[in-house]
Amino acid sequence: MKLIKSKLMEESHMKRTLIRLSHEIIENNPDLENVALIGIRTRGEFLAKRIRSLIEDISKEKMKYGTLDVTFYRDDFKTNLGSPQVQSSEVLFSLDDINVILIDDVLYTGRTIRAAMDELFSFGRPASIQLCVLVDRGHRELPVKADFIGKNYPTSLREHIHVHVNEVDNEDAVLLMEYGEDE
Amino acid sequence: MGSLSRKHFLGLKETPADDIKKIIDTGFMFREVLDRPVKKVPSLTGMNIVNLFFENSTRTRMSFELAEKRLSADVINFSASSSSLKKGETLKDTVQNIHAMKMDAVVMRHSAPGSILQLTKFVDAIVINAGDGTHEHPTQAMLDMMSIHEKFGKLKGIKVAIVGDICHSRVALSNIYGLITMGAEVTLCGPPHLLPVGIEELGVNISYNIDEVIEWADVLNILRIQRERMGIGIIPSVREYRSSFGITQERINQHQKEIVIMHPGPMNRGVEIDSTIADGEQAIILDQVLNGVAVRMSILYLLLSQGEEKEA
Repeated sequence: MKLIKSKLMEESHMKRTLIRLSHEIIENNPDLENVALIGIRTRGEFLAKRIRSLIEDISKEKMKYGTLDVTFYRDDFKTNLGSPQVQSSEVLFSLDDINVILIDDVLYTGRTIRAAMDELFSFGRPASIQLCVLVDRGHRELPVKADFIGKNYPTSLREHIHVHVNEVDNEDAVLLMEYGEDE
Repeated sequence: MGSLSRKHFLGLKETPADDIKKIIDTGFMFREVLDRPVKKVPSLTGMNIVNLFFENSTRTRMSFELAEKRLSADVINFSASSSSLKKGETLKDTVQNIHAMKMDAVVMRHSAPGSILQLTKFVDAIVINAGDGTHEHPTQAMLDMMSIHEKFGKLKGIKVAIVGDICHSRVALSNIYGLITMGAEVTLCGPPHLLPVGIEELGVNISYNIDEVIEWADVLNILRIQRERMGIGIIPSVREYRSSFGITQERINQHQKEIVIMHPGPMNRGVEIDSTIADGEQAIILDQVLNGVAVRMSILYLLLSQGEEKEA
C-alpha cells in the first residue's frame, strides 16, 4: 500500500519554481543558441516543455528541444522494466558541441541520469551536460549532482516522491508517499 | 518470464494479439534507434545468444545477428555445414552441448517442422523460431505485419493477399495466424494444388484469380516460387506460372490502383514479380528488411527482459 503523506508543492508553487529554474538556466548559459533542453520521459518531458516555453518567453530565443526514453539504457533491465510502455527518444538534431540541459522530475539514485547521459552520446558529442531536476530526494548511488534544483527534500528510503503534472495526472503537485508495512 | 505472455517465441498460432501489438510497438521504438548516429543500445549487455542454423539462410541470419549486436548481446553463430552434424551427431546432442555453455537464448532454424518445439525440451534458454521447415517463420510474419502497420497505421480491416506457393511456405502460415489474430482480412491466391486442403478453416478466403485479388487487396505479399521444387512436377514451367500468377507490370497497370507490394525475399525477378514492380514506388520490400532488424530487436528485448514493474 502506498499512502499520500503530504503535499510538498502545489500548482502555484511548482510554477514559481519552474520560473526560477528557467532564470537560472539562462543565467548560467549566456549563449542560448548552443543550448538544447532534453526532457527525460515521462514527467521530465512535460517539465522540459514548460521550461522551454518559459525560457523562450524570457529570452525571445527559440530553444532546441528533445526527449529521451532511457528504458533501453537502464542497468536494472533484468529486474525492472523501467517504463512498461517504452516510447521513442526524439532528438532531431546533432548534439555535437551543444550544451545539453537534462531535465527530470526527481533525482534519486542517479541511475536514470547515468542511463540518459549514455544515451545522449548516441546522438553526438555534447560540449557539456548540465542537470536540472524539480526535486532532489537524496540517496545517491552514483556520483551525480544536479546543477539546477527546484527543491531539496531529504527523504527516508521508505518514502517516495511523486511529481504529478497536468498533462498526465490532471494536476500539478509534488507528493510525498510512504509505503505501508506489507512492502 | 519476459514481458510477453510466453517464455519462447515459437510461432504465431498461439501468440495473443496483446503480444503481437507489444512487439510491433516496441519495434517502432527500435526503428528510431536505427536512425541514430550510434545505432546500438546496451539493453542486453552480458547476455549470450546462439544462432543455430541447420538450414541455409542469408537475410534472416544476418538480421538476427545485427539485432543481437545492436542490443549489445554476445553472439555465437553455428551453421550446420561446418558442424559436427556432419560427423553424425544428433540434434539433441548438439543442443545439449550448447546448453552446457549456458546460453540465455537460442535462435534456431531447422528443416523439420516442430523441431523448435522439441528444442524447448532440451534447454532452459529462451527459444526463438527462425523458421522450422514448412511450419512457421514467425519473425518474418512479425516484420511483415510491422511493415503493413507502418504503411496503414493499423492492421484491423486491412486486406492482405498472399500470393504463390502457400503449401510449402512457412512465411504464409505465420502471416495467416498473425493477421487473422490482429483482425486483418486475408485472401490466399495461387495454383489450386499449392493451396493446402482445408486452409479456409483458419478464416481466410481462397481465390485462383490473381486479377480479382489485386482488385480486392490493399497489400500483396508475394511469395517466392521455390525453383528447387519445380523439378518434381509441382509447377509445370516458370512461364506458365508467370502468366497465371506473376505480378507483372502489365497486370498492375491494368488495375490502376494503390496497392502495397511486399516480398519476403529472396526474389525471383521475372517469375513471381517483375523487376519494375519490385523496384517501383509501391514496393516496401526494403522497408521490410529494415523493420526485420527492429522487430527482432523488439522480440529479443521483450523475451529477455523481466516484466515485473517496479518504481524507478
